[in-house]
Amino acid sequence: MPHAADTQSPLLSMEAVDKWYGAFHALKNINLTVRKGEKIVLCGPSGSGKSTLIRCINALEKIEKGTIMVEGTKLDDSGKSIDAVRREVGMVFQSFNLFPHMTILENCTLAPMRVRGTSKADAEKIARKYLERVRILDQADKFPAQLSGGQQQRVAIARALCMEPKAMLFDEPTSALDPEMVKEVLDTMIGLARDGMTMICVTHEMGFARQVADRVIFMASGEIIEEAPPETFFRNPSHPRTQAFLGEILAHH
Amino acid sequence: MGVIGQNELLFLLQGLKWTLLLSAIGFIGGGLFGLIIALARTSAHSALRKSAAGYISVFQGTPLLMQLFVVYYGIALLGVSIEAWVAVAIAFTLHASAFLGEIWRGGIQAIPKGQSEAANALGLHYVSRMKDVVLPQALKVSLPATVGFLVQLIKGTSLAAIVGFIELARAGQIVSNQTYRPLLVFGIVGAIYFVICWPLSLYGAQLEKRMAKAAR
Repeated sequence: MPHAADTQSPLLSMEAVDKWYGAFHALKNINLTVRKGEKIVLCGPSGSGKSTLIRCINALEKIEKGTIMVEGTKLDDSGKSIDAVRREVGMVFQSFNLFPHMTILENCTLAPMRVRGTSKADAEKIARKYLERVRILDQADKFPAQLSGGQQQRVAIARALCMEPKAMLFDEPTSALDPEMVKEVLDTMIGLARDGMTMICVTHEMGFARQVADRVIFMASGEIIEEAPPETFFRNPSHPRTQAFLGEILAHH
Repeated sequence: MGVIGQNELLFLLQGLKWTLLLSAIGFIGGGLFGLIIALARTSAHSALRKSAAGYISVFQGTPLLMQLFVVYYGIALLGVSIEAWVAVAIAFTLHASAFLGEIWRGGIQAIPKGQSEAANALGLHYVSRMKDVVLPQALKVSLPATVGFLVQLIKGTSLAAIVGFIELARAGQIVSNQTYRPLLVFGIVGAIYFVICWPLSLYGAQLEKRMAKAAR
């Protein structure tokens, strides 16, 4: 009998997930549950599998073993399950990946029109709403190359939001940005978090993790090493590898 | 020696008409079919990729002249009688599709992987991913090479003369035989080819320069 705690049922879960690139074991026995509205920050040294992990969630990478469930849909090889998951999960990339031959507005309206069958007028209305929200509506008719990196990344966030996803994946969204542009993107993400979006962020921005994350997950060599609320994670990391990693990156901040 | 009068010039222009028509047929037919070849060549299915690669190697690895012979006499051998221009149009379409397919394959593969990943992440399917995201960018980077191939194709139509087709070069030969003024006639014929091809070459070079600037 389902009860009130059903709102706590997971939006997304990974069970015993393994992935190999040839002989390289990229993900080892990953178990992760994300509830609706939760904000997860994934960190770890480069090559630890954190990007691979989130890329498996929307099937940009295939897994060899285990189960991934998103909103009750089990990801398998069928195009149908992949479509269903991609409709509900938005993604923001390190290198923005805006479509350079389309205006900002067209970047935002393409997927709603093609995937959801939204009319052009409605798609533009939605696009303007989210461009406004990332404070870039005045640039709607420009092309991506005319915008700064920070502005492009905010457009990329708006583009993903236009599909009105239930969860958002961020793959090192600020790593390709000049330092002075990091803040505008983080502020946009913090705003999104405040509005209750479910978010999984691969990032080294520990300030963001402290401020926003419900849980911080540390990965190394394809494994989840440690998982804790940010206060515990930063003040009291239990695993020596986590301690070493935090020592490394906090020394630079 | 005869005179190059109005009639002779008119005859040459008749030939020019066929040269342009053949080029257009080859380019349009080759373009449509070449797009399919390019998509097959970059497909996720290895059988499609391999067949397209084989097709391209055959048509790039044999002379156009031979392709014209094979199509022209081959179809006749099958017992189907077709007009020369149909056979020639088929041969040019096959030939052009192999070259354009390979040019556009390169264009498609030059588009960063992040573009199709972003399209995938947004849930776009193959058709939209190609039509809306990848191909517009791929065709743009391929444009200089495409124009370059069009120039080759226009000059290549002169080979159609070999199966008795009266296009510009063959028309020139006929006029020259009648008037005994080969130098003058082929001078005119060459000038006509040049007037058509040179602006195209210039345009291609300009496109390339503009793109190099944009890429900086």
